[in-house]
Amino acid sequence: MKVVFQRPTALTERQTHYCPGCTHGIIHRLVAEAIDELGVLDKAVGVASVGCSVLAYEYFNCDMQQAAHGRAPAVATGIKRVHPNNIVFTYQGDGDLASIGMAEIVHAAARGEKITVIFVNNAIYGMTGGQMAPTTLVGQKTTTSPYGRQAEHCGYPVRISELLATLQGAAYVTRVSVHDVPNIRKAKRAILKAFEVQQKGLGFSIVEVISTCPTNWGMTPLEALKWAKENMLEYYPLGEFRTPEEVK
Amino acid sequence: MAEMIFAGFGGQGVMSMGMMLAYAGMLEGKNVSWIPSYGPEMRGGTANCAVVVTSDEIGSPFVTDPDVVVAMNLPSMDKFEPRLKKGGLLIYNSSLIEREGGRDDIEVIGIPANEIASELGNSRVANMVVMGALLAKTGVAKPESVKDALRKVLPAHRHDLLPVNEQAMERGAEYVSKDR
Amino acid sequence: MAKQLMKGNEAIGEAAIRAGCRYFFGYPITPQNEVPEYMARRLPEVGGVFLQAESEVSAINMVYGAAGAGARVMTSSSSPGISLKQEGISYIAGSELPCVIINIIRGGPGLGGIQPAQSDYFQATKGGGHGDYRLFVFAPASVQEMVDLIMEAFDIADYYRNPVMVLGDGTLGQMMEPVEFKEPKKRDLPPKDWATTGAKGRKRNIINSLSLVAEQLEEHNWKLQKKYQHMKEHEQRWELYKCDDAELVLAAFGTTARIVKSVVNQLREQGIKAGLLRPITIFPFPDKAFAQLPDTVKAFLTVEMNTGQMVEDVRLAVNGKQPVHFFGRTGGIVPTPAEIIAKAKEIMGGVR
Repeated sequence: MKVVFQRPTALTERQTHYCPGCTHGIIHRLVAEAIDELGVLDKAVGVASVGCSVLAYEYFNCDMQQAAHGRAPAVATGIKRVHPNNIVFTYQGDGDLASIGMAEIVHAAARGEKITVIFVNNAIYGMTGGQMAPTTLVGQKTTTSPYGRQAEHCGYPVRISELLATLQGAAYVTRVSVHDVPNIRKAKRAILKAFEVQQKGLGFSIVEVISTCPTNWGMTPLEALKWAKENMLEYYPLGEFRTPEEVK
Repeated sequence: MAEMIFAGFGGQGVMSMGMMLAYAGMLEGKNVSWIPSYGPEMRGGTANCAVVVTSDEIGSPFVTDPDVVVAMNLPSMDKFEPRLKKGGLLIYNSSLIEREGGRDDIEVIGIPANEIASELGNSRVANMVVMGALLAKTGVAKPESVKDALRKVLPAHRHDLLPVNEQAMERGAEYVSKDR
Repeated sequence: MAKQLMKGNEAIGEAAIRAGCRYFFGYPITPQNEVPEYMARRLPEVGGVFLQAESEVSAINMVYGAAGAGARVMTSSSSPGISLKQEGISYIAGSELPCVIINIIRGGPGLGGIQPAQSDYFQATKGGGHGDYRLFVFAPASVQEMVDLIMEAFDIADYYRNPVMVLGDGTLGQMMEPVEFKEPKKRDLPPKDWATTGAKGRKRNIINSLSLVAEQLEEHNWKLQKKYQHMKEHEQRWELYKCDDAELVLAAFGTTARIVKSVVNQLREQGIKAGLLRPITIFPFPDKAFAQLPDTVKAFLTVEMNTGQMVEDVRLAVNGKQPVHFFGRTGGIVPTPAEIIAKAKEIMGGVR
């Protein structure tokens, strides 16, 4: 019988703890497929962060380290500097990367650290129960912005890709989304490219993935996908912000 | 056992003087320690270091009641002269310090280190003039050991400075022997 | 090999390199700056990596990553920087990773000062960060001892899979003394088959301190405690100086112990039978040393450059059998022999 669909070998058989309709599952799969297609499973080392993806070390079928909140790029730096031939990636959410871990991500990018960062941006803290994130949109209601995020009170959401793209060490910076199938395919290509940038030693690579949080947004999965498309993409435009010649 | 303080302006070579002496002591198989003052007090103000050279085990490397104080400028003399042990030795740079020692229970030697260094054509070896005097007066280390230490501490491309440093030490030694 | 005259901070770097350390992640802070400076110069010469991190927080997490990847790795800092590293140190201890951490202590709290102090004793010996863990902590008293212990520290870290901290202070870091680099006694070290090197030909490895099942976390914590218990039984180290007939035992560690050694000699010249008990490991604290003291001991005097920290461990070890007194200077002030002698006389006057 011809196999038309199977679990990537880079994913364990463990059932994830993610909520129904959460896009983490899709993004995990895309990362795993990329690892499989590049044939780097036995030299991949992943770094799980703090937040919903804290248990990513249970799901990726490669060597993994679990990092303190926001520190995944520093941990990945330590690993990569010891084993430059390993393929080292972090998997971080927006609270982890864009709030508490801002220094680590900016400096890893500035150093041109040869790691790949998968940055899942769903504009909210998921694990802790739906608090305001640095990427929460103006007007968006969360448990700590119950009247909607007010810019005069707590400022504006941070556009990480645009910010990192100003740094010379950041070789590949792109924003993709997983709200529909064509975009999921594009996201997969971006992740592959990011790993290739690392393999070729071109510098730091990051793929920002616009994602959803049906549970904490208080929506059905379908509503959430629609909300992401209609509200997030305007503030967080998709596209490549920096791409090295070698992978264009 | 010799517990010594070397003090002066930054740039007068007091730190390296102490270090050189510690090095020489080590080459002679003695126990030695060298502690610098550090931090903001080094920036612009007076610098000092404490050196212990002894055949015994060194307990405290701190020097609270020195046997010898080398003062290269007035603030250093003001600060450390009162701390000298009874019967201790104060060597001061009379090129820069006009007052004489204020205690009669210690030995005091003024030496015009800057003038002698200038006569040798290198004002930066004033510290080694004092070093020569110190060795001649105390015998804490042999002049040959300090010369060996200099050769080891100075990088090869600066070994052209060895002769003038050695001359400075000899002039310092001569000064204190003819003086007394 | 001939002795070299080296500054404490540089000797730390060289000792680490001789012990096989090839990775150093740090951040500048006085009075330990010569350590990263030395490593920046030397590590590339031996095929290693020095990296100046953007913060102490980041540096310790780089250490976590490198240690998890199986490397011999070190970081150094001074008190405020060590506070920042505590989060990472807790993760390293929780994940059971080996590394060496140097703390060249300066006065605190807060930004404090830059002069020598011993006020991080509690932080170093009682855990320091969150959670129920301990570091293995050495408190050397000379540049030579610092070198010897650092060379051994990497083996101990690997042996126990536990971070080892070496405490110095501004004096030890800045002073120069003759040093000799001697091979430490080798321990049988298990292979690092747990390291994240890429899972080629083996089951994947996970470095982790998260355990959401309470029973599992409790089991893990008891496992850690067993390790600390083993250290307490097998790794205590101390020096006794002139304690054979001592009536007053002075307890001190690190730089302070050297001053106290001079004090002991001066007290004996003045007819007071004094001795020194110097802990070399402060975790495990050498309580076995107290069992070796003679019956002549009438009182203890703990001397520290803080307001009284190790004195609590001394009291626990003495267990009420004799009075335990304390003398301390703080804020960066080094106690003078004269003031310690005065305190000793006051005690012995009272005891007699």
